[in-house]
Amino acid sequence: MNRVVVGAHYGLKDWLGQRITAVVMAVYTLIFAVGALSMGELNYENWRGLFAGGFMRFATFLFFASLMYHAWVGVRDIYMDYIKPTGVRVVLHAVTLLALIGYLGWAAQVLWRL
Amino acid sequence: MANTASKTRPKFLHLTEIRLPLPGIVSILHRVSGAGLFLCLPLLLWLFAASLGSPESFESFSAVVGHPLAKIFLLGLMWAYLHHFCAGIRFLLLDMHKGLELATARKSSVAVLAVSLTLTVILGVKLW
Repeated sequence: MNRVVVGAHYGLKDWLGQRITAVVMAVYTLIFAVGALSMGELNYENWRGLFAGGFMRFATFLFFASLMYHAWVGVRDIYMDYIKPTGVRVVLHAVTLLALIGYLGWAAQVLWRL
Repeated sequence: MANTASKTRPKFLHLTEIRLPLPGIVSILHRVSGAGLFLCLPLLLWLFAASLGSPESFESFSAVVGHPLAKIFLLGLMWAYLHHFCAGIRFLLLDMHKGLELATARKSSVAVLAVSLTLTVILGVKLW
């Protein structure tokens, strides 16, 4: 097998991880929908209250962590299909990965300031 | 092994003449919606941060998402999320070898398009 530096690592890990994170996000989406529907009027107090509880804060963080990993695998798959030059792909991989790590830090900061 | 297979495989890549079957449309929309959501992540996180930062930033969040153009844009992103959600569940079931028969796969792709569009319309009406 020809191993490529920006290849798929030829394993089940990413494939499985993408699916596990998908399930985490799907379950969270339902929990969020129930919470939003039972929240009452949309104002700052109610909206903040939806995320401020220990469970929702942790669940929302797990959602964001899953989102970033899921997006990493998905976007990398898109690069592998359309971006052929190795150099361009390495740069895109790096930019995407760093952006996603930054986004997760941002989400965590929002949640733990509540 | 993989190389010999790819050499003999027929290729038809006339983009204007390809007629994608419904499952193919669901599949490419899954990719398009995922890419769109990824590209809009900074914007969505900014809105999330503003909505939870303080009563004042919540007010500016409300003003931004209350603008008609922003509403149309966000409704598009909601469709993207809902399509990605529904199509993703279909792909998870296909991974578990459920609904692999051609007739079932066609029906489930119609269901994905119908459910995600219906939910988008309901959300749009509710949030408008």
